[in-house]
Amino acid sequence: MSMYKIAVVGDKDTVLAFKSLGVDIFPVLNEKEANFTITKLAKENYAVIFVTEQVAKEIPEKIAQYRNQMIPAITLIPSNRGTLGIGIGEVKKSVEKAIGVDILFGREGEE
Amino acid sequence: MQTRVNPTRMELTRLKRQIVTARRGHKLLKDKQDELIKTFIEMVKENKRLREEIEKDLEMAFRNFTMARSQMPQEVLEESLMIPSARISIDIGKQNIMSVNVPKIKINKEEGSNIYSYGLATTSAELDSAITILSGMLDKMLKLAEIEKACQLMADEIEKTRRRVNALEYVMIPSMEETIKFITMKLDENERSNITRLMKIKQMVMEG
Repeated sequence: MSMYKIAVVGDKDTVLAFKSLGVDIFPVLNEKEANFTITKLAKENYAVIFVTEQVAKEIPEKIAQYRNQMIPAITLIPSNRGTLGIGIGEVKKSVEKAIGVDILFGREGEE
Repeated sequence: MQTRVNPTRMELTRLKRQIVTARRGHKLLKDKQDELIKTFIEMVKENKRLREEIEKDLEMAFRNFTMARSQMPQEVLEESLMIPSARISIDIGKQNIMSVNVPKIKINKEEGSNIYSYGLATTSAELDSAITILSGMLDKMLKLAEIEKACQLMADEIEKTRRRVNALEYVMIPSMEETIKFITMKLDENERSNITRLMKIKQMVMEG
């Protein structure tokens, strides 16, 4: 067991809120920066990387790249402009991949 | 579909042994798949619940934070948060769920008991409440990261297992069955032609 760190990647206003918790924050402005930052963080000792959905939307390939690796765990969070539903969509994707049909979310329509 | 083989007894014995192994493998894999799916469904339900909860809480925290930002000058805000009093690192352990290695996150907090890294004079109450909500949420967020990763990894494993089960069930085992049938029939055929030949010879000998 070794020590790992936590990172938050997103637009400046969103990540600033996390600063005081003792996690490392990485404000990014555009797609290129986001790609670069996440690649860098994955190589360093960051095991959990929270990425805002606004940023994740721009770099789906990069996010998918780390899907099958144990570390880092990239987790999407809503930004301060609210959720885009991508995070929950990822969960849905997992379900569809594993089971073939969407059993968790399909029910919502009936309720 | 049937593989091309020599119709010999040896081949038949070999194939029969192989099909037994294949059937056992198929059964084992099928059991594994069922169990994986069972665990997966439980986990993904938890995942969904946690995510919805976190998204709701985060929204609230951000609302407070946005309020705080609007009430304080940008520099003061950034300055207040510049030096966090808490330092968090995590340990990653491995947990094995049905041969899938999933991460297990353990949090190490090194703190000052105080999560507010700033003086109270220049900051607003909204900032305090935003920070309080957020710091309470970090544990949950890490839990989400852990469970979401586990779900992704398990989804992968389930897909792989399913592919193997299907390959065995619909391709390998039927093809072996067919080959076995082919060999048996060929051997029987040989036997029959042999008998006919012998009978014919016997007849010829008797006549001659």
